[in-house]
Amino acid sequence: MPDLTIGILGAGKLGSTLARLGTQAGFKLLIASRRPVDQLQWVIDTLAPGAVTTTADALVAQADVIILAIPLSHYRDLDPQAFAGKIVLDATNYWVEVDGTVNEISDLTHSSSEVIQDWLAQSKVAKAFNHMGYHDLEIEVDRKPTLPRAMAFATDHDDIRPVVTQILSGFGFAPLDLGPLRFGLLLEPGSPLFGEAIPTTEFREKLAKIYDSTFGQKIIAARGNKL
Amino acid sequence: MNKTTYQFGLNTFGDLAFKDDGTPMTGAESLRQVVAEGQLADRLGIDLIALGEHHRSEFAISSPEIVLGALAATTRHIKLGTAVTVLSSDDPVRVFERFSTLHALANGREEIMLGRGSFTESFPLYGYDLENYNELFEEKIELWEKLLAGGAIDWEGKFTQKLTDTTVYPKLPAGETIATTLAVGGSPESIIRAAYYELPVVIAIIGGEPVRFRPYVDLYHKAVKQMNKPELPLGMHAHGIILDDEDEAKKVGWQYIKAEMDRIGIDRGWAPMTRDRFEFEIDKGSYYVGTPEQVAQKIAKNMNALDMQRFDLVYGTGGQLLHQRTATIRNYAQKVIPRVKELLGGAANA
Repeated sequence: MPDLTIGILGAGKLGSTLARLGTQAGFKLLIASRRPVDQLQWVIDTLAPGAVTTTADALVAQADVIILAIPLSHYRDLDPQAFAGKIVLDATNYWVEVDGTVNEISDLTHSSSEVIQDWLAQSKVAKAFNHMGYHDLEIEVDRKPTLPRAMAFATDHDDIRPVVTQILSGFGFAPLDLGPLRFGLLLEPGSPLFGEAIPTTEFREKLAKIYDSTFGQKIIAARGNKL
Repeated sequence: MNKTTYQFGLNTFGDLAFKDDGTPMTGAESLRQVVAEGQLADRLGIDLIALGEHHRSEFAISSPEIVLGALAATTRHIKLGTAVTVLSSDDPVRVFERFSTLHALANGREEIMLGRGSFTESFPLYGYDLENYNELFEEKIELWEKLLAGGAIDWEGKFTQKLTDTTVYPKLPAGETIATTLAVGGSPESIIRAAYYELPVVIAIIGGEPVRFRPYVDLYHKAVKQMNKPELPLGMHAHGIILDDEDEAKKVGWQYIKAEMDRIGIDRGWAPMTRDRFEFEIDKGSYYVGTPEQVAQKIAKNMNALDMQRFDLVYGTGGQLLHQRTATIRNYAQKVIPRVKELLGGAANA
């Protein structure tokens, strides 16, 4: 997939960090935000040289893979028709500062990425890039630790697993497949895995004990027999 | 702008400290300790001490200006700053009143560093909605600029009080102002905002290789040009422990810096710090932990790489024993700062 075009929607801390990692890795990369294209371009020329700034509409039309780096609560602004057939990497998290004090989008029965998948029904959504803070994303790639840090992902579409894996490892992480999208909940704020920037073995150890944690217990209580 | 003028400061959030026998100090004792340390820093000739406001159990300082008031009366040369004042969850009018008071008591040695705040406790505490985080700051910084301009002001905002032909007292003496800087974490918007408001920037570089902030420095220079604004000195802030013995410094760092980062991480969704990451932060990253020579080399290298004219060392992170805190301050003043100036090119302060 040498001609894969990645589009990043959102150019804040997360979006601009991912843009830099992506261009550094040699991906063809587009980025768009609510800012006018020329204004954003001169920011991006400095923060992620090589990334091409465009409008959100053009980005969605042109990119094969779209990374969501917008506030989660803005997902309804995305046009499901325009997204049809696209691979979507959902890097968003529910964040009180931008999404509001009360989370009315997702709960312990549904990962927020499932909500996005429901909205973008004709796209193939994977949850990825969400469990590491934007500082760590950059630091843990640039410092080239002996073992790359695990980047977990979840999706309901087996046919996109190779692409997701290729992108995550291309960006500098060790991809770790959690399975179906509903398990993406294990990567969300409140989970012991949220914020983790550790190698795969350690990540798996933590994952194995997840249902012993308070967060895991809450999931059991909410989801009952169907975890 | 005089490129050869450098400023070196100390920062603390008033972390609850420990006596040399390991007994934890109370908040009150820790506050008095900060005052004593500020006095020591003044005697040692450090340029600035800046205090951060926090509203949680690990830290004693919630009202930095009061502590600075005590220092204003008992020091002579040192600049007295905040790092930071969380303007978003404060009332700019009252902030102005406190700082114009401090301006009088400190004979103009005060400095306010405005920030959006990386901790969120102050928002519910003062009855502000965290979801307006960004808008609150935008609006209040505009009001702050208006207050600084002096005279009677008219003001109408969304989150702030309406003011009609209002003067706020004590007025600043004619021609004087409150030195204001802007603290920046990792947001491109904040950098552009600093350029727009013509405020010197201090970047918190508390993790990773400092050189990764080079693009932000470039962005600042670019923004200044684009908007035709003056180029102002840039500064950085980072944690450090400076002891004569390297291993001892690392030991103290692992015990206290790691512990504090992990404790805060629990609330903020950070993972506990791994040993290899800690070692990386000391070797190549953002912890200034080691002997005076090691720390001086590192500060000089990073100030050079990032065009910095100001360096603020956060001391006493996680508390630490009194003698460890004092040793860091003394080493910083007597060995590190002169050495950094030498390494940066000797020309030093005009």
